[in-house]
Amino acid sequence: MTTMTEEPGNPSIEAGIAAFTVTLIIRRFDPETMSEPIWQDFDVEMYPTDRVLDALHKIKWEQDGSLSFRRSCAHGICGSDAMRINGRNRLACKTLIKDLDISQPIYVEAIKGLPLEKDLIVDMEPFFASYREIQPFLIASKEPKDGKERIQSVAQRAVFDDTTKCILCAACTSSCPVFWTDGQYFGPAAIVNAHRFIFDSRDEGAAVRLDILNDKEGVWRCRTTFNCSEACPRGIEVTKAIAEVKNAVLSGRPSIPTA
Amino acid sequence: MHEESGPASGAATATIDPPKPRRIAGTLYRGREGMWSWVLHRITGVAIFFFLLVHILDTALVRLDADAYDAVIGTYKTPIMGLGEAGLVAAIGLHALNGLRIIAIDFIPGATRVQRPLFWIAIVLWVALLAGFLPRHLMHVFGGA
Repeated sequence: MTTMTEEPGNPSIEAGIAAFTVTLIIRRFDPETMSEPIWQDFDVEMYPTDRVLDALHKIKWEQDGSLSFRRSCAHGICGSDAMRINGRNRLACKTLIKDLDISQPIYVEAIKGLPLEKDLIVDMEPFFASYREIQPFLIASKEPKDGKERIQSVAQRAVFDDTTKCILCAACTSSCPVFWTDGQYFGPAAIVNAHRFIFDSRDEGAAVRLDILNDKEGVWRCRTTFNCSEACPRGIEVTKAIAEVKNAVLSGRPSIPTA
Repeated sequence: MHEESGPASGAATATIDPPKPRRIAGTLYRGREGMWSWVLHRITGVAIFFFLLVHILDTALVRLDADAYDAVIGTYKTPIMGLGEAGLVAAIGLHALNGLRIIAIDFIPGATRVQRPLFWIAIVLWVALLAGFLPRHLMHVFGGA
């Protein structure tokens, strides 16, 4: 408390991190006045420790209030602010300015393959429709043995641990070249969330979900481009999960440890 | 938009810098080895399909007219077709080696984690195959005999 009043603004820290000017080139679209999106430049003063989301906030609050983007928690959990930053899908709230090449302008645009609504906002409904279709909830008809818990071993929990991390940001699905050209494809995110329940030893709906994904627009559309695995902000090995679902479809059931 | 023909309309709305039109389209998605291997796989696959289509037609010609068949096969001995054959072997080699990589990714557990090294192994094997094939083939095409 006393050090705070003696050194207002904490100059030692501020001197250590120098601010610099970053140019953001943002793909703007207003459906009411434009027929095609355009690119617009913004110069903002940023610290290396700032994130792309901070730069977008600065533009919206200080330069152009009409800039539209989605964000909720701003800490990489809600999955609202997936966008294409320098040509790759990332979360704006998890991308530090210093990790980008700041000698070049930073290109920011909406994710690809979903209908563009305004600026950086897309219509997520086709994405969530695919998610709903794979029945993303536990299907268990039997009563638990002791009437309380459905016991699961560590090994049984481990086989689907990776796919529980999904935050439904759509970074994977909208990085998929197959999804860009074929909007009917379920997409990586829906398959990841199907994997989460197909490989859950407590779940009884694996056969139903495998049947849904054994479709022309299901897992067989995957061309293993690995864009999804590289785009996932949670580091989920998406292509690995899809390969496991493919093999589960072929053998008729998922390979889950018995104990 | 309905006022854009008027000479003064541009200045009246310019409270902020009017957006400078750059490229209309989006940026190219910057995928890595996985995406580019898929692009190459698709291009070589389509090219091989069209070659096989023509190849089945010209081979079927032998049952209709042997002289016409000889004439068509004779055109294959020109240098342009010789270069085309080199491209065909290159396309088939890449498609086959990357196809083995894709099979490994789909069926061998853990192969997804080494997909990038697998791609470069496929490229090295492909270059080695072409290094053995191209000198000999080009000698045939351009060296006469």
